Amino acid sequence: MTATVTTDSLTEKSDRVTSRGSGGARRRLPRIPDRIRQGGLPYLLLLPAVLLELLVHVIPMIIGIVMSFRQFTQFYINNWGGAPWSGFDNYKIAVDVNAPIGEALLHSFFVTCVFTFFAVGLAWLFGVAAAIMLQENFRGRGFLRAIFLVPYALPVYAAVITWAFMFQRDNGLVNHVLHDQLGITDQPSFWLIGDNSIYALIIVSVWKGWPFAFLIVMAGLQNIPRELYEAASIDGAGIWQQIRKITLPSLRPVNQVLVLVLFLWTFNDFNTPYVLFGKAAPENADLISIHIYQSSFVTWNFGTGSAMSVLLLLFLLVVTAVYLFITSRGRKGADA
Amino acid sequence: MRTIRAAAAVTLAISIAAGVTGCGGGTSSGGGSNDSPKTLTYWASNQGPSIEADKKILTPELKKFEKQTGIKVKLEVVPWADLLNRILAATTSGQGPDVLNIGNTWSASLQATGALLPWSKENFDAIGGRDRFVDSAVASAGAEGQDPAAVPLYSLAYALYYNKKSFADAGIEKPPATWDELVADGKKLSKDGKWGLGAEGSNLSNNIHQTFVLGQQHGADFFDADGKPTFTSDGAVAAVKQYIDFMAKDKIIAPGNAEYAQNQSLTDFAKGKTAMVLWQAAASTFASQGMKPEDWGAAPVPVASGTPGQGKNTNSMVAGINMAVFKNTKNIDGAKKFVKFMTSDEEQKLLNKTYGSIPPVKTAQADEAFSAPDLAVLRDTLAKSAAPLPQVPNESQFETAVGTAVKELWADAAAGRPVTTESVKARLEKAQQTMQQ
Repeated sequence: MTATVTTDSLTEKSDRVTSRGSGGARRRLPRIPDRIRQGGLPYLLLLPAVLLELLVHVIPMIIGIVMSFRQFTQFYINNWGGAPWSGFDNYKIAVDVNAPIGEALLHSFFVTCVFTFFAVGLAWLFGVAAAIMLQENFRGRGFLRAIFLVPYALPVYAAVITWAFMFQRDNGLVNHVLHDQLGITDQPSFWLIGDNSIYALIIVSVWKGWPFAFLIVMAGLQNIPRELYEAASIDGAGIWQQIRKITLPSLRPVNQVLVLVLFLWTFNDFNTPYVLFGKAAPENADLISIHIYQSSFVTWNFGTGSAMSVLLLLFLLVVTAVYLFITSRGRKGADA
Repeated sequence: MRTIRAAAAVTLAISIAAGVTGCGGGTSSGGGSNDSPKTLTYWASNQGPSIEADKKILTPELKKFEKQTGIKVKLEVVPWADLLNRILAATTSGQGPDVLNIGNTWSASLQATGALLPWSKENFDAIGGRDRFVDSAVASAGAEGQDPAAVPLYSLAYALYYNKKSFADAGIEKPPATWDELVADGKKLSKDGKWGLGAEGSNLSNNIHQTFVLGQQHGADFFDADGKPTFTSDGAVAAVKQYIDFMAKDKIIAPGNAEYAQNQSLTDFAKGKTAMVLWQAAASTFASQGMKPEDWGAAPVPVASGTPGQGKNTNSMVAGINMAVFKNTKNIDGAKKFVKFMTSDEEQKLLNKTYGSIPPVKTAQADEAFSAPDLAVLRDTLAKSAAPLPQVPNESQFETAVGTAVKELWADAAAGRPVTTESVKARLEKAQQTMQQ
């Protein structure tokens, strides 16, 4: 909003200027009114972005919402228009937790919540801890920073496939270390099927996600004035008190965005479970994105799959709105 | 300013709406045309050791076709993992190839979309007639009572591959012909870190292929005559349990096989870690893993008793690749010519020899190359004792639902949890419930 108001007032000003003095120049130029030439420029420059945004995000989303109200199965994919409207039937199937499809969706939702809680929590914790440790200047800091960012720089597929190899029961590195070398387990464990699969998923997700938290927090730390720490240490504050009383409160706006972004990415993550487990994830690691993929692409029932996607979208919108409301209210209170 | 903004918004909205309807209107469900008679696009499935190898094998043949007809064929070899999704996308958008390969188990599902050219008598006549093809292969190209949605291209069947040295070491003289013999032999072979039989527990399709055949042997189809799922019939439960019991009860499959999905069981076989695998046309894979042809043998997949045949003595699914034409092709005559070319005796012999599969064309099958011991097993199985997977529109759902149930059961067995008739039935019950109307 602010931007628009500023542009408007600028335009008005420039209108006044041009109407007074540039009569001669106007005649020579093609007849584009100054109002558009000057006031419209920001919009003209924004146009490609807006068009692409519509094309890449908004239109598919609208089509998805429309699809969720139709009985869009394999019988109709060749002829979209022919798919019968089904009202809220797809939604009824998705939310009926007493029937198998709804029950499986709810289970998948809970699994995703647990997964997201641990994956985001640990990624954030590791990121903050590493950033604070590297806050002081010491020899090798640049090297460590570079090393820490490697997982973030690797292509997701290549990295997760490597993890899938490491998690193999018979030939994997993880079992080789845990079982063969350290002898912690009696038998080599399964990581890619059965109960342990959720741990495998969290480990890979944290490994992949924490460097981003590290990077963002590291940037946030640059803005905290050194004097605050110096003053605090003169007043006798120890390292923990400094972290609690200075670092974390100063990072608050950064963390607010960071946690939200990590939450959205992790909750929607498709690549990690898909590359680790393939089309059918084990029950304990049946993340919602894979579940929806299976409900639409593998079983060719795009109507139900779309309804599930819309529900997921609504859930994430509500969570995001509530989160932003609570966190920004808290901040205003603190400021006042 | 405000008017301009409003006008811009309206223009934008209109142009987008036009764009959307434009896209939607592009799908044609007509019978194809001959608007571009000089080119064809062909999606081939990955049949050789790699995509590159396939390109090398197919390109000279496509050149031959171009020389004969003047039609240039643009080839794309699509990996199996992507093929079905690509076909779905092509069906939805109407922007697909002219000719494509499909896994024959998808035939009825894709037929239901209405996007593929039905092979009516007239269309079959254009490529030399339906009689040229083996019946069971045509039966796996679409639902019963309808014109097939595709034409058989390469045929495959399951065989029992065994390691001759492991058998000799364990004092076993001939490959097992019944499951009881297989279990007995498997127990002799499973010792000192070696195992009797291999499995691909996390490969959903493979789980389906094996349990389907065992189901046939127990007198169970997974669908009734109306196409309704019957996953929990006594026969189906017994079939799935029998398969899982090779690991859970008989202990002739290594627990690690529960997570196999990338043909690791073939690697184990080539390394001598497992002595038997049930597979389709494994010869080229064994060779690429360094096995010599004399190291392994092939025998018919075992049955409960007697010799392989029809009904309860079925011992393989009709596996294979079909060739289909997209209905909205702009070169319908050229597409049919290309199918005719690929199913001609000469190409059939050449391509099937290269890929280690069996020609579904009767006259090509007679070539002596397909009488080599291992191929003869596949050929005889196809001719006498193979049955097509259920040709129902929701076959794809069936593979996922039941394939996943079997995968979960493998996980139970591998973790040492008991696998009982009840637990099998419960998993299949759940799979059946997720099959939608």
